[in-house]
Amino acid sequence: MIDTIFAFINAAIIQSIPLLFGATGEIITEKSGNLNLGIPGIMYMGGISGIIGGYLYEHSVASPSAALCIIIPLLSSIFGSFLLALIYSFLTITLRVNQNVTGLALTTFGIGMGNFFGGSLLSFFGETGSISLIKTGQCFKASLPFADKLGVLGKTFLSFGFLAYLAIAIALCTSFFFNHTRAGLSLRSVGENPATADAAGISVTKYKYLSTIIGGAVAGLGGLYFVMDYTGGAWTNNGFGDRGWLAIAIVIFAIWRPTTAILSSFLFGGLYILSIYIPRLSSSNKELINMLPYVVTILVLVIISMRKKRENQPPASLGLSYFREER
Amino acid sequence: MKTVEKHIKEPLFHITRRTDMAPLKAWGIRFLAIVAALIVSSLIIVTITKYNPIEVYVKMIEGSFGSERKFFILLQNTAMLLCISLAVTPAFKMKFWNLGAEGQVLVGGLASAACMFYAGDSLPSGVLIVIMLITSVLSGIIWGVLPAVFKAIWRTNESLFTLMMNYVAIQLVAFFIMLWVPNGSSVMGVINQRTGAGWLPEIFGQKYAVNLIIVAAITVAMFIYLHFSKQGYEISVVGESENTARYVGINVKKVIIRTMVISGAICGLAGFLLVSGTNHTVSKELAGGMGFTAIMVSWLAKFEPVMMIFTSMFIVFLQRGAGEIAMALRLNESVSDILTGVIIFFIIGSEFFINYKINKRSKAKEAK
Repeated sequence: MIDTIFAFINAAIIQSIPLLFGATGEIITEKSGNLNLGIPGIMYMGGISGIIGGYLYEHSVASPSAALCIIIPLLSSIFGSFLLALIYSFLTITLRVNQNVTGLALTTFGIGMGNFFGGSLLSFFGETGSISLIKTGQCFKASLPFADKLGVLGKTFLSFGFLAYLAIAIALCTSFFFNHTRAGLSLRSVGENPATADAAGISVTKYKYLSTIIGGAVAGLGGLYFVMDYTGGAWTNNGFGDRGWLAIAIVIFAIWRPTTAILSSFLFGGLYILSIYIPRLSSSNKELINMLPYVVTILVLVIISMRKKRENQPPASLGLSYFREER
Repeated sequence: MKTVEKHIKEPLFHITRRTDMAPLKAWGIRFLAIVAALIVSSLIIVTITKYNPIEVYVKMIEGSFGSERKFFILLQNTAMLLCISLAVTPAFKMKFWNLGAEGQVLVGGLASAACMFYAGDSLPSGVLIVIMLITSVLSGIIWGVLPAVFKAIWRTNESLFTLMMNYVAIQLVAFFIMLWVPNGSSVMGVINQRTGAGWLPEIFGQKYAVNLIIVAAITVAMFIYLHFSKQGYEISVVGESENTARYVGINVKKVIIRTMVISGAICGLAGFLLVSGTNHTVSKELAGGMGFTAIMVSWLAKFEPVMMIFTSMFIVFLQRGAGEIAMALRLNESVSDILTGVIIFFIIGSEFFINYKINKRSKAKEAK
């Protein structure tokens, strides 16, 4: 029984890491007033870009070095998500087109890119079978050397690859940035009321671009964690599933706070796999349990809108593009 | 002593909003955007596959218009996408971002399937179809009106609410399939395969003819509703400015809820058509992403029901054509998503040049 509980906690944390990357990235983006519904697509792109980088490296040298096995997929993943976030930023910030439509198109595009290259990368190089980067996967999975010696607690809480700790570190840094730096304050003011921020001499365009692109890159790391650490360097089409949308749900659940997002991700990660760990559950009831994360998110959304506490609201200009000459 | 010359930096471009572009010119710009998108897509195709892009486009056309059967599948898919696009349109005109069409279609389809499953043997098919229609429309309304009520009263963010409702609907479908299919498989077979109870009849020897006729009727009705009815006018006013609407005495809350009732009802009807007319079964992929594609279709057509016939056919043509080239060139099917994405990026990008005017910094001013 105790073993099952620890196994569940461990699995919940593993599930929560891609969600946390996605949620932190989306929070950074939304704080500037951009509702980026392309995050699910960006996360696929981050995953497949990492796979492509890792594949090209692992198959071009005889004995791949551990450091490059990490650095190359990491950089190519960031580059892939950067490109997609740049498309979104250019369309919504410079050309001021509708954010919802752009975001949904970006998700279609990103998932298409992921599944296309995931499904046909090997055939471009005249190989068959499915992608599996064993060496790169091992490098990403490498955990702290003393984790196994600490017994069950070490196994439950410390047996993760470095990306898991990076996810938490990024969330904490983001929280610090929002609440304790001048630039963070400026960013929040852009999301709340861009016209006022503009009048105060803050460059709305610069803040919107930077936060959307950095947010996209962070979210893309979630895809990288999934393909490298969770599946150990293998790609299956649509394997990432609807985790991108769940990340957007966490943003609401965490009421736009990165520190709350850490705990919310653990909770949602747990809910995501809860049905596997409840004994004697019929397969139909399993599906009902899987509904929980979404129902809970709706309840939170409704409650925060009813209570009308100012610090719990979404950024006021969320989803609107800013045009200086139109007030 | 040197005098410091005051230099005022003037940006290279000055952008102003405009509303005066002639519709013909606007459609010309959109057409150019599509041409540009096709050129970029062919560059992508060439770099990835080394095939001649013209050959690829010919294959795409064959995939949609190559045979009578392919053509009717094109029509049927277009009709369903058009139906859902028409459903989301009144809400969008009101600036209510209903991202939940996927879920509204799903619950509609689920209700139809439930009627077929439970009452397939006990009721005559005609009565059954009427009951299916009513329950589907009602379920669609419930799914659509719930976020609308919260939006109207508490200003709950509707895009996030409707988005989450999609996944609740998906899990609900998964739950019922698990309940109905005894052997634990997650695939629901064709319902009432032997009796055909609750199936829409074939007319003119075409399986999908009823779907096409119903969707055509909805298109005309929506056109009239949006352009020639008082309610359609109220929707436009609320969409332009809620304050203006309140000022002229429009009950904004009522308009929001009423419009989402219509939106949800048509989505529910689409679910009914998909189950009763097309698939005769239900699955989590019943709407197949059409709820999201419909948003792009509606937006590309500038919320014009008649233009939507063309935009929805264009998107379906792309998807089916890309499926064809994927098969012929042994590529992965997802190439269609990439092409759709690229083309939509270009078309939405072109809206900027329709809505805004770019004024270059004039030389004379610079010399001053």
